[in-house]
Amino acid sequence: MNPAHRQRPPSLRARRVGMTLRTFLSHSGIQRWRQGELGILPVVFGLVVIAVYFQSQQPTFLSARNLSNLIVQIAATGSVAVGIVLVLLLGEIDLSVGSVSGLCSALLGVLIVNRGLPWWLAILATLVTGAMIGALHGAWFAFVGVPSFVVTLAGFLAWQGVQLSVLGPTGTVNVFNPYIGKIAQSFLPGPWGWVLGLGAAGVSMTVFWVARVRRRHAGLAASASVALAARSILVLAIGISSVEILNRFRGVPTAGLILFGLVVFFSFVTTRTRFGRYIFAIGGNAEAARRAGVNVSGIRIAVFTLAGLMAAAGGIIFVSRLTAASTQTGGGTFLLEAIAAAVIGGTSLFGGRGSPWSALLGSLVIGSVSNGLDLMAQPPEIKYIVEGAILLAAVSVDAVARRSRAAAGR
Amino acid sequence: MSASRGNRDEGSGPTTASLGRGPILELRGISKRFGAVQALTDVDFEVSAGEVVALVGDNGAGKSTLVKCIAGTHAPDAGAILFEGREVHIHAPNEATQLGIESVYQDLALCDNLDVVQNMFLGRERLTSVVPPILRTLSELEMERRSLDVLETLSVTTIANVREKVAALSGGQRQSVAISRAAMRNSKVVILDEPTAALGVAQSAQVLALVQQLREHGLGVILISHNLQEVFSVADRIIVLRLGRRVATFKHRSTTPEDVVAAITGARAS
Repeated sequence: MNPAHRQRPPSLRARRVGMTLRTFLSHSGIQRWRQGELGILPVVFGLVVIAVYFQSQQPTFLSARNLSNLIVQIAATGSVAVGIVLVLLLGEIDLSVGSVSGLCSALLGVLIVNRGLPWWLAILATLVTGAMIGALHGAWFAFVGVPSFVVTLAGFLAWQGVQLSVLGPTGTVNVFNPYIGKIAQSFLPGPWGWVLGLGAAGVSMTVFWVARVRRRHAGLAASASVALAARSILVLAIGISSVEILNRFRGVPTAGLILFGLVVFFSFVTTRTRFGRYIFAIGGNAEAARRAGVNVSGIRIAVFTLAGLMAAAGGIIFVSRLTAASTQTGGGTFLLEAIAAAVIGGTSLFGGRGSPWSALLGSLVIGSVSNGLDLMAQPPEIKYIVEGAILLAAVSVDAVARRSRAAAGR
Repeated sequence: MSASRGNRDEGSGPTTASLGRGPILELRGISKRFGAVQALTDVDFEVSAGEVVALVGDNGAGKSTLVKCIAGTHAPDAGAILFEGREVHIHAPNEATQLGIESVYQDLALCDNLDVVQNMFLGRERLTSVVPPILRTLSELEMERRSLDVLETLSVTTIANVREKVAALSGGQRQSVAISRAAMRNSKVVILDEPTAALGVAQSAQVLALVQQLREHGLGVILISHNLQEVFSVADRIIVLRLGRRVATFKHRSTTPEDVVAAITGARAS
């Protein structure tokens, strides 16, 4: 080692080409896997196991109708989980999202039914309320210095109280507004489903290949074309099969489209923008981010605001699906399912690692287990136990991966 | 410095900085008191472009306080700081950074979960306008290429893949990333606080080679170290602090470790 540093470094070109093999290995996941960067692989594996098991028990599990129902069922939890992913990436937790969802659903119902607001204005007011509540949590955490766990635990209790008082003595508001209903109860016409599925696959393939061409043009190591071709085929296959299956029932559910859109949007934000980079940086080492000039408090407040906004979105989808807001909305296991979904999907509880896609995949796991056990007519007690076991397994995978990451540091 | 491409030396500091036109950074009569403790008393200090100055002294001698005055963490009670011949007042770390004074602290301040490129550009990301006023995205290609250029300019050959997460790097590699980052940022003076404290022999050698690179690229380097062997291997001048005063200055060619130890411990007045 000692004399090496005195030699002239190999030329830039040589080093860049020399990197290709290693980079290929890391792109193909082998190196990252060894270092404990498991990504979405465990959850995809889990989904396959779940699908095979329930299909063998109950042949209607993978039917078009049931898969369509499943997607509508997970849309609310999944949207809330997207917000949770952002908070977890920051290395924090938000325990208030269930209550905020419940409060926002109550507000939506009361504004439309009791106050007679137009549906769009009511939705806007609900989203703004959720965002403001999130901003309040974030500001309290960032400026007063109370741990996010405690701030949002207080919010969990307090906003539930506000929810009850908004709903008043009856405790339920029935929302039979046709526009609100369409959010979770409408479906894209078949051809539009194809436009969406093929369009999304086309866009992502274009992104892959353009990135490769640009990297090569810049003289940097790029993914091997074989790996990219495999990824492209996978994306296309997922796009085609999803639309084909969903079109056999009533088409792509609007609620599923909303969730998918949120995931894609926040995936872009977290990986391609400076804001997203700072979320990861703070989750990895907040002090390092602060020293590098990152506005840590501002980013924290923004992320909690987004979590509140997503909680409100989840509440709206909930009202649309059940055509009612009640004292139960957002209560029960809703909060824990949203957090569990994010973690099961592969976002680390320890901050700085994860992706909005884990909200979608994790809520698919939770949703399909719940749906499958319902199909098998299992009682709720079994459901809780199974969901608890899956959550524990997912966090254990995360903890073990963390250890092997630590061990990989040479 | 501009963000233009093509100028491969842009990130490695101003090669045009003059040698022999006086110190780039000069401290005159710096005093600092913390309550009852007089941490620094009337300390002068100077570093030139292309010079490595080692700052040595026992624990509590005032080394850290002195560099914190330079880096903007502490404000001196008395004395003047001259940067490139002009008097400056550094009230906050970012003001030091704007002048071109970068510090690399012992705990490195890298994000483990980010890769080398992401760490090198943390807080100074290069952006591309996609939809001009609203949407700007990260220019990953430009940042990756610049990182490779900077590492190559500084002869850092130990980092094979700049897209590797910093968590997977060795202590020496991490220190190299932290120092390269400091050198890249339009900097003229780099303060290194115990850069090899936690490293083995081979890795320390990597880091010291990097320190020499910084000097060759015309940066002024302030090196705090307890390891005299290391100090003698890279420093042009050695400044000794004892009980908050500057007690000795040695040219590295004309002294022995014994003299320096004597000055540090106060066994001999200089």
